[in-house]
Amino acid sequence: MYEIIRKKTLNPFVVLMEINAPLVAKKAEPGQFIILRTDENGERIPLTIADYNRESGTITIIFQKVGATTEKLAHMEEGDSLADFVGPLGNPTATEGRKKVAVIGGGVGCAIAYPVAKKFFEQGTEVHSIIGFRNSELIILEEEFAKVSSKMKLMTDDGSRGEKGLVTDALKSFIESGEKYDEVITIGPMIMMKFVCKLTKEYGIKTIASMSPIMIDGTGMCGGCRLTVGGETKFACIDGPEFDGHKIDFDEVIARCGTYCEFERHAREETCNLFAKEVK
Amino acid sequence: MPNMSLKKNPMPEQEPQIRNKNFEEVALGYTEEQAIDEAKRCLNCKNKPCTGGCPVHIHIPAFIQKVAEGEFEEAYSIITEASSLPAVCGRVCPQESQCEQKCVRGIKGEPVAIGRLERYVADRHNAVERKKTEPPKNNGHKVAVIGSGPSGLACAGDLAKRGYSVTIFEALHLAGGVLVYGIPEFRLPKSIVASEIEGLKALGVKIETNTVIGKTISIDELQNDYGYEAVFIGSGAGLPKFMNIPGENLKGVYSANEFLTRINLMKAYKDDSTTPIQRAQRVAVVGGGNVAMDAARCAKRFGAEVYVVYRRSMDELPARREEVEHAKEEGIIFKTLTNPVAIIGDEKRNACGMTCVEMELGEPDATGRRRPVEKANSEFTLDVDCVIMALGTSPNPLIKATTEGLQTQKWGGIVADENGKTSREGIFAGGDAVTGAATVILAMGAGKTAAAAIDDYIKNKK
Repeated sequence: MYEIIRKKTLNPFVVLMEINAPLVAKKAEPGQFIILRTDENGERIPLTIADYNRESGTITIIFQKVGATTEKLAHMEEGDSLADFVGPLGNPTATEGRKKVAVIGGGVGCAIAYPVAKKFFEQGTEVHSIIGFRNSELIILEEEFAKVSSKMKLMTDDGSRGEKGLVTDALKSFIESGEKYDEVITIGPMIMMKFVCKLTKEYGIKTIASMSPIMIDGTGMCGGCRLTVGGETKFACIDGPEFDGHKIDFDEVIARCGTYCEFERHAREETCNLFAKEVK
Repeated sequence: MPNMSLKKNPMPEQEPQIRNKNFEEVALGYTEEQAIDEAKRCLNCKNKPCTGGCPVHIHIPAFIQKVAEGEFEEAYSIITEASSLPAVCGRVCPQESQCEQKCVRGIKGEPVAIGRLERYVADRHNAVERKKTEPPKNNGHKVAVIGSGPSGLACAGDLAKRGYSVTIFEALHLAGGVLVYGIPEFRLPKSIVASEIEGLKALGVKIETNTVIGKTISIDELQNDYGYEAVFIGSGAGLPKFMNIPGENLKGVYSANEFLTRINLMKAYKDDSTTPIQRAQRVAVVGGGNVAMDAARCAKRFGAEVYVVYRRSMDELPARREEVEHAKEEGIIFKTLTNPVAIIGDEKRNACGMTCVEMELGEPDATGRRRPVEKANSEFTLDVDCVIMALGTSPNPLIKATTEGLQTQKWGGIVADENGKTSREGIFAGGDAVTGAATVILAMGAGKTAAAAIDDYIKNKK
């Protein structure tokens, strides 16, 4: 069993948990992911690793409440244990040789972008971070990003904090002001990554996007996570999760990710109702 | 006096129109009377052709004699001298092309129902409370087994019986491999797999789930840091193949692996399950093997109209005859000599049809089967909202990619000799990981052979 060592609510929709999983912590690298089940009848959900501590043997995950499982997970407390926790899966982010990068995070995707930014920073790469959220209430990891970035821009859709606008606006202004990046790494909603890639393609800047499609086993068995990259079918779990953003067929991934949207929404509402009943 | 009836005792089964709406087991199993009556059809011939047809050489006439005498536990002991998973093999082995094909009674009439008798003996044994098996005396040697499918379970069982400390590492959250994620409940109840696994645990075998070898721990670490003297790779062939036709990544297009995993391992077949799965109206399953039959019959049980689309004719279907018959009885429509060329999507990228062409059989190809050739101007559209690709699988590349010096074939299979020895010292392999997708019994046989080779290797190591 995998005990929840620490739990912290980052915003009304996003929760951080530190999980005891020594074998996973021993090998984990930024960019990789885990798959968990909350309980014996739960579904398997993939979550990207937000941080790891090899000494204490823990993995940090940060997740948004979107479906029944994340809702259930958010209701678990320190001292509770998860039924299953497997990893580290997928390939680590390639960081070697980059001198200057821009890391673009959107929403809960910032949780995954942060360890990548941190790894770049620790190896001496100059990091510029742009993090975007819908509004001030949803901001996470602002201070953490600031610590590892020589330049940082916080964007909100409604302007309630930072600058009003999209992450692409900020990236464009950085590039226009003469910043030269070896690489742009973008992690966040599919639609945001699509437009970041569109922008960087215009400027000819290599861009890596982290894909988190629907997945079951995470070891190449189900093929549910397949996507088209450069005209070829790839599996996000074993070929990725990071791919050359200029080659990804985003419209296809976006559609595939919506396969169970109705089901998810319904299942989450039911789970919420159940918890509401328990409270009463 | 043998029973000279030309026909097998028929297997009691759920009615087709009832079972195609539930996930309970289709075949209900013989009664004691039926089993004894069937066993009496065996002539106990001297040269035992049936045993020669069995990949693990079970002493078939010997166990059947015991059934005829009503000595069921003795029959069970005879089977388990050679087989590790009798309740499983009695259900899923292709007996018609193995033991039963060789049966003398089959020359005139039907062969003895060897598979059904094996199943009866195993189920009867499992139904009565087992004597507490004492784990054998430990010999102080550690062996790691990768994968808990048929080959891994068989290898682990045999090594444990020889006194080894065996640990099985399984990537998924549940042990059993294809027996739990692939083969559906109505063909192989999961309680049977679970009881076989409990039997292994009673022998002292440890099972570590949620451990992906190559990711969580590497094979080199197993050997160097964890102190395993030998490693058996039974990681199977789990990577699904696709056709690479347009529209294959539309919503509503599944690999058979994904579809079956959602239903079996993730229990979407249960009413209270939270596992999402598309409830399609009209489903096309592409392929003609056992996996295609499983996927088709599952889709039928969710209430869909189901087509099996296969490019050769009924005679070439690689699936077991029994599975094809069951599928037909349950109302599955076979579109043979038909090959998909594209999947069509609507404006929301949901699959809404499949363009196919008609085929005819030409000259035999390298496999001896007549090669399907496209008929000119035969294109038509099959109106479906879900497509399941059941085209076969290839070995998982994770272990190959993370184990230096382990030789593999071009198509991904691990190179191993007839005893399962690979190119790396102390590493053995067997089952689908070596052969590519095959059968449960062949994988089990390979696991047993490798167990003997591992025993040899460790005993003779200085």
